[in-house]
Amino acid sequence: MKAVAIGASAGAIHALLRILPALPSGFTLPVLVVVHIPPGRRSELAALFAGKCRVPVREAEDKEPIVPGTVYFAPPDYHMLAEAGGTISLSMEEPVFFSRPSIDVLFESVADAYGPDVMGVVLTGANEDGARGLRALGAAGGMALVQDPATAYARAMPEAALALCRQAQALPLEGIIERILEAGLAA
Amino acid sequence: MCAVECRNVGAGVRGVTMDGEKIEDIEIRLLLEALYRRYHYDFRNYAQASIRRRLRQARDRMGLATFSALQDRLLHDPAAAARVLRFMTVQVSDFFRDPDYFRALREKVVPHLRTYPSLKVWIAGCSAGEELHSLAILFREEGLEERTLFYATDINQEALEAAARGIYPLDRLKAFTENHRLSGGKSSLSEYYTTGYGGAVFDASLRERVVFSDHSLVTDAVFSEMHLISCRNVMIYFDRDLQDRAIGLFRDSLIRNGFLGLGAKESLRFSSHAADFTDFAREEKIYQRRKG
Repeated sequence: MKAVAIGASAGAIHALLRILPALPSGFTLPVLVVVHIPPGRRSELAALFAGKCRVPVREAEDKEPIVPGTVYFAPPDYHMLAEAGGTISLSMEEPVFFSRPSIDVLFESVADAYGPDVMGVVLTGANEDGARGLRALGAAGGMALVQDPATAYARAMPEAALALCRQAQALPLEGIIERILEAGLAA
Repeated sequence: MCAVECRNVGAGVRGVTMDGEKIEDIEIRLLLEALYRRYHYDFRNYAQASIRRRLRQARDRMGLATFSALQDRLLHDPAAAARVLRFMTVQVSDFFRDPDYFRALREKVVPHLRTYPSLKVWIAGCSAGEELHSLAILFREEGLEERTLFYATDINQEALEAAARGIYPLDRLKAFTENHRLSGGKSSLSEYYTTGYGGAVFDASLRERVVFSDHSLVTDAVFSEMHLISCRNVMIYFDRDLQDRAIGLFRDSLIRNGFLGLGAKESLRFSSHAADFTDFAREEKIYQRRKG
């Protein structure tokens, strides 16, 4: 495993506050995160999580090298993509499901860049973003995880992902955290 | 010879060559080469992830199964090539996108610009002209417009034509107006447009001092003696080598102490030319060319 990609929308902060602070210092994988946030304002996400995590947390910049053990948030009003060469690209292509950043865009890029060596996680949300991306990630052999809709603040996004990605496994947050930590140990 | 080839053809995982290269990667490289050799549009050094995504959209929207099929179409049908090009370049921006950038220009850069009797400003990758009009309005508000010549360049002819028309959808005006206000605007945005033709038509006087030009940061040469270059969210589509070329081009196009403005999430940090610039307004991504 070489990277973890996470997408979340409505209820994102609460779910991510469970997952990201659980990462131990010295965690071996980069974690790329898209949260749907309204454009036109500065995101406080990186600052919020940096204070609660044991790993470095950043808002991604264009062409930034992807460093293991670092959490990258997509900046507001940009798509975030991973390049095969191990850097981050940002893009202002049109929004997907009214969202920029979009989870689909991130997931499709990590499927291309990492093939089977990536884990994709779709968390709580009230739209369908992430489903097509997770399908691409699963089809490329990556590990596709979805928050169990019954445990999600908003169940539409996990349900859409489960409907579209046949490799996807539904897990409660504890199960997802366990898988992420295992992947970090195996890396 | 034939025996070797035949053996190679028989081997390999589906979608991957013997050397582990993805067939799709080969197709994309060949398609970009075809686009360059046939039409002289050079996307060969664009960042891969976004180019791949947009080519997929073009392929799917045109009902084709593979990038090879798309390559066939664009080689033999210029109209199809123009369509693909639209997928690859069309960009929508806002008036006064990132108001803090324009506020920093107004409060920090303009005082320097006032000291010159004449000014040249280059909007590189001007797309449909949102940034150009924003700067023209800012320069008018600051009383610098009369002494300024603007160069607005893009590789996309349709975008240049849209920029020269200066018509924008009415539903975007509310956001534009708010951005303008946040940027420290000294007038009301509504002074600069009239509504008609299903949109907001920005005053032609804003474009009187603008030279529109087809220019590629990939293949074309320097402009001379610029005081300010604004190139925001254009180089995010380039790979690092190409970004470096463009930044070198900007350095050579700027006067000493001239200014370079980038997008909010761009940086010179990863460029080999970083040492030729100083951070002028760090948060707003405005750089100043060193004297040397």
